[in-house]
Amino acid sequence: MKDNATEPFVGRSVTRVEDQALLSGHGRFMDDLPIAAGTLALAFVRSPHGHAEIRSVDMAEAAAAPGVVAVITGRDVMARIRSMTVGVKADVECWPMAVDRVRYVGEPVAMVVATDRYLAEDAADLVAVDYAPLGAVVDPVAALAENAPVLHPSLGGNLINERRFRYGDPEAAFDAAPHRIGIDVTYPRSACTPIETYGVIASYEPGEDAYDITANFQGPFSIHAVVARSLKVPGNRLRLRTPPDSGGSFGIKQGVFPYMILLGIAARIAQAPVKWIEDRLEHLSASVSATNRQTRIEAAVEADGRITALDWDQIEDCGAHLRAPEPATLYRMHGNMTGAYDIRNMAIRNRVVLTNKTPTGLNRGFGGPQMYFALERLMDAIARQMGLDRLDVIRRNLVPANAFPYRTASGALLDSGDYATALNRAVDEGGLAELCARRDKARAEGRRYGIGFACVVEPSVSNMGYITTVLTPQERAKAGPKNGAQATATVAIDPLGSVTVKVASVPQGQGHRTVLAQVVADKFGLPLAAVRVLADVDTMRDAWSIASGNYASRFAPAVAGAAEIAASRLRDKLAKVAAAQLNIAPGDVTFEAGRIGAAGNPDNSLSFARVAATAHWSPGTLPDDVDQTMRETVYWTPPELEAPTAQDGINSSLCHGFIFDFCGIEIDPETAEPKIDRYVTMHDCGRILHPAMVDGQVRGGFAQAVGAAFLEEYAYGADGSFQSGTLADYLLPTVMEVPEPLILHHETPSPFTPLGAKGVGEGNCMSTPVCIANAVADALAPDGPAPDIVLPITAAKLAPLIFGDEPVSKEPVPETQAEASANGRKLTGEGRAVVQASREDIWKMLLDPATLEAIIPGSHGVQKVGETRFKADVTLGIGPVRGRYKADIELSDLDPPNAVTLSGRAVGALGNGGGHGRVTLTDTAEGTEIAYRYEAQIGGKVASVGGRLLDGAAKVVIGEFFRALARHSGGGGAGSGPLARLRRLLQSIATGGRS
Amino acid sequence: MPRLTQDETHEVRFTLNGRAVSARVSPRLLLTDVLRHEIGATGTHVGCEHGVCGACTVQVDGEPVRACLMLAAQAEGSEIRTVEGLAKREQLAPLQEAFRENFALQCGFCTAGILMTLDALFSREPDAEEDTIREALSGHLCRCTGYVPIVQAALAVRNRIKGGPIDA
Repeated sequence: MKDNATEPFVGRSVTRVEDQALLSGHGRFMDDLPIAAGTLALAFVRSPHGHAEIRSVDMAEAAAAPGVVAVITGRDVMARIRSMTVGVKADVECWPMAVDRVRYVGEPVAMVVATDRYLAEDAADLVAVDYAPLGAVVDPVAALAENAPVLHPSLGGNLINERRFRYGDPEAAFDAAPHRIGIDVTYPRSACTPIETYGVIASYEPGEDAYDITANFQGPFSIHAVVARSLKVPGNRLRLRTPPDSGGSFGIKQGVFPYMILLGIAARIAQAPVKWIEDRLEHLSASVSATNRQTRIEAAVEADGRITALDWDQIEDCGAHLRAPEPATLYRMHGNMTGAYDIRNMAIRNRVVLTNKTPTGLNRGFGGPQMYFALERLMDAIARQMGLDRLDVIRRNLVPANAFPYRTASGALLDSGDYATALNRAVDEGGLAELCARRDKARAEGRRYGIGFACVVEPSVSNMGYITTVLTPQERAKAGPKNGAQATATVAIDPLGSVTVKVASVPQGQGHRTVLAQVVADKFGLPLAAVRVLADVDTMRDAWSIASGNYASRFAPAVAGAAEIAASRLRDKLAKVAAAQLNIAPGDVTFEAGRIGAAGNPDNSLSFARVAATAHWSPGTLPDDVDQTMRETVYWTPPELEAPTAQDGINSSLCHGFIFDFCGIEIDPETAEPKIDRYVTMHDCGRILHPAMVDGQVRGGFAQAVGAAFLEEYAYGADGSFQSGTLADYLLPTVMEVPEPLILHHETPSPFTPLGAKGVGEGNCMSTPVCIANAVADALAPDGPAPDIVLPITAAKLAPLIFGDEPVSKEPVPETQAEASANGRKLTGEGRAVVQASREDIWKMLLDPATLEAIIPGSHGVQKVGETRFKADVTLGIGPVRGRYKADIELSDLDPPNAVTLSGRAVGALGNGGGHGRVTLTDTAEGTEIAYRYEAQIGGKVASVGGRLLDGAAKVVIGEFFRALARHSGGGGAGSGPLARLRRLLQSIATGGRS
Repeated sequence: MPRLTQDETHEVRFTLNGRAVSARVSPRLLLTDVLRHEIGATGTHVGCEHGVCGACTVQVDGEPVRACLMLAAQAEGSEIRTVEGLAKREQLAPLQEAFRENFALQCGFCTAGILMTLDALFSREPDAEEDTIREALSGHLCRCTGYVPIVQAALAVRNRIKGGPIDA
């Protein structure tokens, strides 16, 4: 759309001011920023274990490596900082780097600072960490069990916080209702995974005890306080800056803050600026993800489907440490736990649990995906169980249009909306009737086709006090009230009369600079290009507060609103200046087409620049009641965002948008692959400032939700091993997987925001996964009990539901098996070989270092360290990565010359493996039969990046060992007869029994 | 190609966006690193360093290549084109213009790679069908846009190449 000077810019899809630079390769992202000469590079040594004690860290070899300036351990860090603030009252510390225990794969254990990144990584591989692995727990329910491994002994268990809430009279409502309907819901871990990873540059000035840190952090800037406290400096000794461009965040880049602390310390120790850019494996294994959650939800339901009470029991998995602002994911929705429905009674039990997984943090949707998945699956279950139409159940419970602003049972003030009308418009304009006809036709043809619905209230502009709902009213009273959502904006006019806007909104692609130019240009009657906007932050120079940053969809409602107010104030000032110069009343001054003039008299006007420049060039001529400051800074916070009440009522967010989605999904009859046939999403996000950007937010959130619904999962083994460390394992949707949704809008402006706008960025991350799940459930079982749907919905999960369990193979051949979920990445297998050597000879070989050296694949330097213990260096290619490992081999349960158990453990920078095998030797007519049965586990980096190839590769390595043993026992030389048979047999062992 | 030794740097010469460049590189230095940190052409971005996300895609002798999977030394004597080479002086190329008109980027981090892939596609196949365009785009991950406007932009510029209106 072309810019048209006579129409306001707000509400139009003007082209973005950001785009020319971004399209030309002139963006200024974190890794593009210029660095000071002498800046050093940093690489992390990270835990390969889900849970282990650190027995020792040997840095000698790394410290002596080329280019290395410093090697820093957790103890070095701990000596200089304070534990990071934890958001609940609990006896637990939270360090940015492991000290004597690692609690998740990828946890930083040491830092290597060197002259370049390549050398730093070389040296990181040389840091020898001796771990004593501990039992791990990755499931939040299992973590609550009596005998579960405990991550933080000071806590006495893995439950770090529990609170119960009661609103209205839920017990009476449940007693009175004819139906009590409940479901259990498991919501997995996923993350919105920006394409640009974390990056930090830090320096330290000892003379002022001051840190200067640039990071692609996104806020909230309450975290600035957490970092400053941890670094033991006042806020003004922590200068935090963000780059002008950021390659996506979706909440995730909030989690960069522990690295700000670590880089600050590294710069201090290395006495030079230090830079770190996270790699993709680090990002996937150790940045932050959303929480996974186990929920039991029950509803008290009247005969007509009206819900009179809800009972929530939520178990939230925050990973290995409760990092700020967690457990915010669990509490962000607290005010709107009744969704879009008018439900007056509610009980909530919230438990926050720690497990051996990456700590969690902000992620688009933040608590909404987990909560709405349970609520909207429940709505589906209610309709099923009562034999009611699904839409009727939704409609009967919607908050009525005349009830706004509507105070929910748990304290949110829903600002505006007309849910029933928005829903009805979506049904009509989205073609639900036609979709139902498609479904009926498909079903008549025997195909599996389902329709799903989801209704969501999308909160935006978080109340900074909502997280204190996790504290008891007594604890809150002691800590002092927290509330509000300070947004800042500065509008300034320079001596040439051009306008600059500065905000602390830290965009990651949302086009903030364009929208602010629209808002402010409209205010001053200027062309768009006359306004220049900066949205990156320098905490030493810019106006900011704890709520600053880009999260909770706060830009359009809060930040753009603050800019509107600042521009209005400056405009009022200019009106007075102009009124004096034009000899008219300030109320008659107009701002149009770059001129300030008299209403109704086009001849009496001055150029905007001339009026605006007056204060700079001749302040003495200003009217008496106008000060000369051509700069307005506004701190805006809405009065509606109050601290939690003594009854735990909390208006957790200022704005509440509305979304109604429906979709049709067909499951392929042969492959069981689910496919979206049609998707309709209706949004009420209040006043729309830039239609194309709003639709961009909807499409982007929708695509990420499609990923969460069908593809994405942070996969962990039971031992805490991380198994989705590449983008070939953690699958993001491509253009092939994302259909185009039909987007509809219904605008009811928010009465609480300066521009009437509400947030819109996160809604589909909340509505789409459950809408898809409901459609899949409908396709699988149109009537009767709801099937349990756990994301991601893959063909592999659906196939057994459709075709039944896979029949057991008729082939009796024993096979190597990988059980990824049972107990880490466990491989089991067995095999046998017949060789031309006596049992005694084979027995001797097993105890002989020279033989072991010859038969252990890739081994060099086998040393006998005890009668039955050996040490070796092994070079192995496992999966896609080749690395050096230190191996310990032990023989036990010796029954010479009949049987022995071989146990081995290999540890290297790329990962670790362990296993044991029982070898038995039996005389047969053809020679000695070597039979073996083994169990092996592989963890660390190789398990994270090579999962797909690992099983096959490990099979080959284990097969090679026994093949070499057989070859060694049977003597070399080609031949026929028994030897050829042996070869065939061994070949079959090496290929896992299939020859 | 000269024999390279691990501990020494070697001169590598290639053409970058029509300009002859050279750098001294160690044999293991990635092409992305020499472009971004030796030469200072930071328009090419690194998203995964294992060839999946496509953000680092550049053209080597006209073909789209993952610069994170190529060593700088391998670029010797080649003609490399990056996102910085698309615009003519300060004027966006039609492909870039179509991205802007269609809001086909948000954060812009993956965009350089996508532009280089589409530019290579259209120079080979100016009237590529939508399926072909989608196939080419399927090698790129974008987390912001949901891909719809990227496909629209690609179709728009294809139509413009064919002589039609850009907003078709």
